[in-house]
Amino acid sequence: MAKLIFLWLKCLVSCCIVEAVFEDQVGKFDWRQQYVGKIRFSHFDSHVQSSKKVLMATEKNVFAALNTRTGELFWRHVDKTGPEGNIDAFLLHGQDALLVVGNGRLLRSWDISVGGLNWEVVLDSGSFQSACLIGQQDTVKHVAVLKKTVISVHYLSNGHQKWIENLPESENIDYQALYSGGNGEVYVLGIVPHSHIAIVVYSMEDGEIIKQYVNCLCEMYLFIFFQSLGLEVTPHFHPVLVSHQPNAAHQPLSEFLLQLGPEHHLLLQLNSGQMVVLRDFKPVRHMTPVLTSCVFVSESEHNLQIDILLKGLLHLSLFNAETGRRLLDTTQFLSIDPNVGKPESIYVQAFLKKDDSVSYRVLVQTEDHTLTFIHLPGRKLIIEEALSEVVTMEMVELPLTGTQAELEGEFGKKADGLLSMVLKRLSSQLILLQAWVSHLWKLFYDARKPRSQVKNEISIENLSRDEFNLQKMMVMVTASGKLFGIDSKTGSILWKQYLNNVPSNAAFKLMVQRTTAHFPHPPQCTLLIKDKDTGLATLHVFNPIFGKKSHITPPALTQPILQSLMLPLMDQDYAKVLLLIDDQYKVTAFPSSKNVLQQLQETASFIFFYLMDSSQGRLSGYRLRMDLSTEQIWEVIIPTEIQKVVTVKGKRSNEHVHSQGRVMGDRSVLYKYLNPNLLAVVTESTDVHQERSFIGILLIDGVTGRIIHEAVQRKAKGPVHVVHSENWVVYEYWSTKSRRNEFSVIELYEGMELYNSTVFSSLDRPHAPHVLQQSYIFPSAISAMEATLTEKGITSRHLLIGLPSGGILSLPKMFLDPRRPEIVSEQSREENLIPYAPELLIRTEWFINYNQSVSRVRGIHTAPSGLESTCLVVAYGLDIYQTRVYPSKQFDVLKDDYDYMLISSVLFALFFATMISKRLAEVKLLNRAWR
Amino acid sequence: MALPLSSKITIIFSIFTILSTRFVSCNNGRRLNNDPLEAEFNSFSVPLEHSFEVDDVANFEVRGALVLKAGREPSVSLAQQQLSEYDRAKLKEVAAVDGLYRIRVPRVLLQADRQTERLMDGHLTAFVRACAMVESHLSDVITLHTDVAGHLIGVSIVTIPGACRGSEVEDEVDLEAFNTTLSIMAPVNAPGPETALFLERMELETEKKGKNPQEQKSFFAKYWMYIVPLVLFLMMSGAQDPSGGGAGGGAANGGGR
Repeated sequence: MAKLIFLWLKCLVSCCIVEAVFEDQVGKFDWRQQYVGKIRFSHFDSHVQSSKKVLMATEKNVFAALNTRTGELFWRHVDKTGPEGNIDAFLLHGQDALLVVGNGRLLRSWDISVGGLNWEVVLDSGSFQSACLIGQQDTVKHVAVLKKTVISVHYLSNGHQKWIENLPESENIDYQALYSGGNGEVYVLGIVPHSHIAIVVYSMEDGEIIKQYVNCLCEMYLFIFFQSLGLEVTPHFHPVLVSHQPNAAHQPLSEFLLQLGPEHHLLLQLNSGQMVVLRDFKPVRHMTPVLTSCVFVSESEHNLQIDILLKGLLHLSLFNAETGRRLLDTTQFLSIDPNVGKPESIYVQAFLKKDDSVSYRVLVQTEDHTLTFIHLPGRKLIIEEALSEVVTMEMVELPLTGTQAELEGEFGKKADGLLSMVLKRLSSQLILLQAWVSHLWKLFYDARKPRSQVKNEISIENLSRDEFNLQKMMVMVTASGKLFGIDSKTGSILWKQYLNNVPSNAAFKLMVQRTTAHFPHPPQCTLLIKDKDTGLATLHVFNPIFGKKSHITPPALTQPILQSLMLPLMDQDYAKVLLLIDDQYKVTAFPSSKNVLQQLQETASFIFFYLMDSSQGRLSGYRLRMDLSTEQIWEVIIPTEIQKVVTVKGKRSNEHVHSQGRVMGDRSVLYKYLNPNLLAVVTESTDVHQERSFIGILLIDGVTGRIIHEAVQRKAKGPVHVVHSENWVVYEYWSTKSRRNEFSVIELYEGMELYNSTVFSSLDRPHAPHVLQQSYIFPSAISAMEATLTEKGITSRHLLIGLPSGGILSLPKMFLDPRRPEIVSEQSREENLIPYAPELLIRTEWFINYNQSVSRVRGIHTAPSGLESTCLVVAYGLDIYQTRVYPSKQFDVLKDDYDYMLISSVLFALFFATMISKRLAEVKLLNRAWR
Repeated sequence: MALPLSSKITIIFSIFTILSTRFVSCNNGRRLNNDPLEAEFNSFSVPLEHSFEVDDVANFEVRGALVLKAGREPSVSLAQQQLSEYDRAKLKEVAAVDGLYRIRVPRVLLQADRQTERLMDGHLTAFVRACAMVESHLSDVITLHTDVAGHLIGVSIVTIPGACRGSEVEDEVDLEAFNTTLSIMAPVNAPGPETALFLERMELETEKKGKNPQEQKSFFAKYWMYIVPLVLFLMMSGAQDPSGGGAGGGAANGGGR
């Protein structure tokens, strides 16, 4: 019998949860965008003339090939994060791309046509300095790698080491550069600071030292040299030399560029020991040369490129290196979006067209990490690589359509007489009718066209809320300081805004102050940008739908900001009040109208907030005073010698909990402890020894500072991922004892009766809740975790877990329930509790992103939609993935294949059958009466 | 403002009021039976201070003495004075303006060997609404929390009942003595995954199955006595027909050739 029940339970569980995507639904509700990050090295594939491939190695340790026309990825390899996967050098030779990875730890060769690995060798330890290809007799067969103390040469074909030599006097000389001129010699250049330059020449064949030079390094020489060219230089200038060696088997071009300053470039020629200035590029007529690059067109012509920035215009042209003249027909003006920042680096590929004219492709990277591909006829393609580093995001509801807004506006306005109200009502009804007719006409018109031609382009003009509020505006903040507005349905970027003044180590907090619900007032978002070092902050207020900066001037913040909090209070324009607490414990309100200040004075004694100082382990609570100063009311100090606070996590303010309790097997109710002010504080021990390390979990009431629960997980260490919602906290940690990842869940219950069922007040909840906890083994590490969120909180909750493998797992909260019984009883069966099993399994059908792996998930954002069953999910990291999840299946939606015809025909048939039978019955009655 | 006399008395009392149990309910001034000699060894006392002011500016005064006993199972007890008439009036006043009643204890390390190491600088504070204190007739629950190493990290105070309903309180009778429930809480050990128990249960189940070989028998093994006669019967009854069927089949086969 028990076995049967088990089986039945298993069936029930699997029936409840199976929610994989059908094949025809792929890409219907979800989309993915893949990025590579900011470019460190890039080469155009010039192996094949008509190749559209550009290869790039990025700061995010990604090596990828992109299509220059469409921007699509041909292939992409994502290496380890951090210094281990750092790409130190990138050399391209024909079909082979050579990468030095992880500070000279690995040398890899990739086949660029398919992105496959040719070979990989582990190099000797030592910090990497430089690498170069070595040619001999017109062929390139070797690659040399220079490290701090050794130089090694490897075969290009298989990576085997040809020879390795120790560098002479490597403790004194700082060897930095490698060069090979194609004559079978390898030059190594080293510097002894403030003394001289040492050059060692090795023979390619056996690694023997052929020659050793020592040159005097003297700044005076440079001065004399420049003066001989007729140039004036300042004492502390850093010249940068740009030369070009088209083939490693040949000498580099005799012409080269010298960058004297950010806006001053020289084209020089070295001719039998003589230096000749070919052209001097100076700022002239508001044109400043900013970027230069040498490119090679063909054997006969050597070319280089100068790009001149002219007030938002990028002016590209090719110059002939031999004469210094500008080539005609290669000049191009390109308007650069004013909010992309300055160009940072440039990569050029020049080639001869069929009619022997010169053409080129350019890849420009700007400060905001935007890549712009420019093809000569003026076509350009923009890729927003800033999106590879999303820091925080919000989903904002779209505004109503014009007609809907009209209707809303009618209710919003003050009543001014019966007649005008009637007229207004009639007019809005007319508008609605008109809109409906035009909608019908459009439907009819579209239906005649073939399906593929019906375009559903989303633009900022026709943005409007859909029926179930499934389409939202994703406002994304990236680390480079660029803001994006992305349509959640298609993933297209609707607006972007680059903030110039963002410090590099900024922390961001995005808050929605006013939603679209208050029609005549535009929605309003506020971004708090805080410099992590100084604590100084600025506010950027903008409209999340159009990305425009608001005309409202935010308060000037002169003091470092410690904490910010959004109050449920609203001003007369329905903007929520944002409080900013500075290091003097003074409070600044935004907006700070008279109305707001009055409201704040009235409610000051009910406004509490907490501050966390993790360097001292001090968690303190404050209360607002009438005069917007604050007073400390509680303090908890966690000694930093023992443990340090890692995370403080409250609950999400927009979360709704539908049921106050859980119905037990015996029909009694176990009430949840739903404290909206509860904080989960996670600490990690400072002692990292695997026997003594631990993780601490404190549940603290944010208003009274009362420690509700305090637990330690022994023999465990971080990183800890926490989700705090409803009456539960789920956290994941690494168990050092068993060497595995474990999940633990804490649930809080008030007991069988509620203390005060009408309202929750932290000040009046004397009884401590019952705490239940259970732990489970999880077979994988995790990189991000979040809980689903729905409109009313009726739908059961799932945990969304981003795995390092790229999957996003939707794990039902049901499996993380401390009430899962060890031994199955009649009551637990009644409650539908799953019997306890120590291991949580990963089922493949729980992956919500099927085969669309999301690399390096850093965060998951969930937002409710208008449908109770549906939760919108965005996972971001290197990639961005958006989808919908239905934790309790689509209980409030009819299926796609719902048979409307059948149901309506049955209905009609029944209706007519009743009519006919009624008539027949009447006739029969009449006949009987006549008898 | 301070009450030097009463505080001194409190400290004197505190030497005697030592308990070895973890949960202690102390009434004002009541001597508790214990052996002071045994407790003196590793127990020490720290002041418990409180503050209630009409203008809400903290001004802490000694309310009582906490006697902390270190050890494997740390325990705590409290000796405290009655509220003076002046304080009672002030507390009622503070309650009337919805002020706060705050308490604080110094940060201490319970497991230290020497007295000097025990005290650390800084205080831990907590509060409760003064009206709740008044309306509960000074019945409060104070909990001290320690971390794994025995540092005091937090203190919390609640009153039972906790609500402010505005009910009348007779100060002479109700506001004289504290009725404090005191406890000290160390962090609990969070459970790990219970594999051992689960495996045990699995073993038990397999054992149970092993004990009942009856259930392990296959369907055929169980019911062979019914199946065999049935099959025999069918064969017997079918034996008459095959002559006709077989003949027909034969004819068909023959026709095929």
